[in-house]
Amino acid sequence: MDFETKKHIIECLEKDVRYDGRKKDEYREIEFKIGLIETAEGSAYVKCGNTEVIAGVKISVEKPFPDTPEDGILMVGAELLPLSNPKYESGPPDSVAIEVARVIDRGIRESKSIDTKSLCIVKGEKVWSISVDISPINDDGNLIDIGSMAAVAAILNAKFPKYENDKVDYKAKTDSLLPFNKIPVAATVLKLGNNFIIDPTELEQEAADSRLTVTITEDNKLCAIQKGGDGTLSIEDIDKMMSMAIGKSHEIRKHIKQ
Amino acid sequence: MSILVKDKEVVVPGEALADDLGFIPGYGTYRFNNKLLASRLGLVNIEGKVIKTIPLAGKYLPKRNDVVIGRVIDILISGWRCDINSPYTAVLSSKETPEFIEKNDDLSRYFDLDDYVVAKITNVTSQNLIDLTVRDQGLRKLRGGRIISVNTHKVPRIIGKKGSMVTMIKQATNCRIIVGQNGWIYVDGEPQNENIAVLAINKIASESHLSGLTERIKEFLEKETGVKINLEDKGDYNGLQ
Amino acid sequence: MVYSKRLDGRGFDELRPIEAKAGVIKNAEGSAYFRMGKTIAYAAVYGPREMFPKFKQDPKKGVIRCNYNMMPFSGAGERVRPGPSRRSKEISFVTDKALIPTVDLEDFPNAVVDVYIELPQTDAGSRCCGINAAAIALADAGIPMRDIVASVAVGQADNQILVDLTYEEEHLPEYTECESKDVADIPVAIIPSTGQISLLQMDGIIEKDALMKALHKAKEVISKISEVQKNALKEKYAAESIENNE
Repeated sequence: MDFETKKHIIECLEKDVRYDGRKKDEYREIEFKIGLIETAEGSAYVKCGNTEVIAGVKISVEKPFPDTPEDGILMVGAELLPLSNPKYESGPPDSVAIEVARVIDRGIRESKSIDTKSLCIVKGEKVWSISVDISPINDDGNLIDIGSMAAVAAILNAKFPKYENDKVDYKAKTDSLLPFNKIPVAATVLKLGNNFIIDPTELEQEAADSRLTVTITEDNKLCAIQKGGDGTLSIEDIDKMMSMAIGKSHEIRKHIKQ
Repeated sequence: MSILVKDKEVVVPGEALADDLGFIPGYGTYRFNNKLLASRLGLVNIEGKVIKTIPLAGKYLPKRNDVVIGRVIDILISGWRCDINSPYTAVLSSKETPEFIEKNDDLSRYFDLDDYVVAKITNVTSQNLIDLTVRDQGLRKLRGGRIISVNTHKVPRIIGKKGSMVTMIKQATNCRIIVGQNGWIYVDGEPQNENIAVLAINKIASESHLSGLTERIKEFLEKETGVKINLEDKGDYNGLQ
Repeated sequence: MVYSKRLDGRGFDELRPIEAKAGVIKNAEGSAYFRMGKTIAYAAVYGPREMFPKFKQDPKKGVIRCNYNMMPFSGAGERVRPGPSRRSKEISFVTDKALIPTVDLEDFPNAVVDVYIELPQTDAGSRCCGINAAAIALADAGIPMRDIVASVAVGQADNQILVDLTYEEEHLPEYTECESKDVADIPVAIIPSTGQISLLQMDGIIEKDALMKALHKAKEVISKISEVQKNALKEKYAAESIENNE
């Protein structure tokens, strides 16, 4: 980003003004639509400001990993679709896309919200495999937090398909929900100059020096952290950013639960 | 008795506008058999026997003498390549600056990568080579402020008759505003006032079709700034400040 | 033939419920949402913009580049692996060909118009749904074009000519009793103002006479799709025409 644009964004923040009129710790308006994709076992559409994503869950039966023969498989993926932003190109996912997917994946996995042991069908042979995919429709910043919300909401919405005679019958959904109870929330705080903001737009994201994503479990513990961006953070910065993230996570969790 | 649409109606590609050979196809229309059809999304414009469409969407197409805002994306041997929010980039030659630039001078001292400049288009060739100049009053590098992007087809409404609309926003918000014909707009002022100016500009772009636009924008600005606007008090507008 | 009533209760010439919206993706120059029954497509248009890689530039005119992709959770069965497949590449290619005859990019030499088509949910006819969305998105982006291409699949199952087949109908003998095991699926794209065909594919088994009958059926129903496409664009600008009629 050019120097003048960045300088101006920071100057405005110093006077407590964001370009869209929000407070530094204020989220854009969030809208959820749950279960709208019939081909998925669970799905959620989330719109936050101008960022819109769809997350869908597909459930299959796979062979477990040899080192965890009793554990089901959970995988979260995200693709930065060129449909959603002119800066994305088609082709294999680049490191930015991989980071988004990995940070969301780690947050959900490490929160232990999903009981992978209960996804075991036959030890060492067959386990349930849960794939959550996040597809942005329009990207205007903060994909990690919004993608994570959509992924969690889709998991909460998911129902097992029927499994009979070693075959998954995708036509027949059962009534049983996934063993997922506590809701992890990813909250990202950005540092621009000496200012901390949450839920950045694409422009704010590009102007930021550094970023801290914290995933917070329902009992207020931290389960995943990722420092991003080219800049550095002091321990004091991290303290402030964590508090801001934890504070915000309650509000977001309420949205997901509704 | 053979025009099939009303003047100023929104028409879509392939839509029949007239079924009479007596009409002449203008811009954005074509003849197929004995019909006249629209060849892009636009508003119908009927002038005598000529039917054309006025585009509602689409990228900025550069025209000579347009004042545009560009972003430097490359420094060339004797000039700068600029993104002007159009399908093609434009070139600002080092000969087109107010100051004399020596042959081996470091060009980034004048305009650096990612700098925004307000410039005038001097030439557009059939091969889409576009030349810019900054040798005119008000043309320069833009410092501070922010650049916003609007649908280029809404630019005339944002400027208003003889600049009346943009002048009103400038006076109400005390911001410097430069409207590029290419849909990029520079706004610089007190942060809170900038926000009001940007909201007003976006309001014009999205409500340009509704009647009483000036009055509504006036009310909006008065409400947001808390200061009454006297519409008689018009400043001179030359597109720049 | 035994198939006298369609599985979903439609008439043989009847389309699934269709729905369209223009301008749904803020970042794009033009965009659309198109739904045919349970098949949903989004399309976004970016450009005309500079073509990369450069060697693909055409100095005579602009190029249109379509990209069809199914979201991983969009299939009724197993998860669809993300990224291009042979199937998606071929569909992208025929989508290009379906749209090219209508667009006029002579004013944009060396440039590209990128059309991204994403399907969040599918139930047969996904390439047709994608083409319908893409054609609206191109018009919404202000691209010069002679017409808005409309697309539908026709076909035959159990010797019955069908319009806008569902997944079950594409595999009819697996779902209901049939006299004939032959099924044919024929996606078609038509330029409404001329009746010319810009996409024609078929897989399955069919006799020539039946195929011709099916194509005529396609031509009959295409106006319904075309109308929904045009209305989607007009609705976006509805307010504009109100003012201009004042």
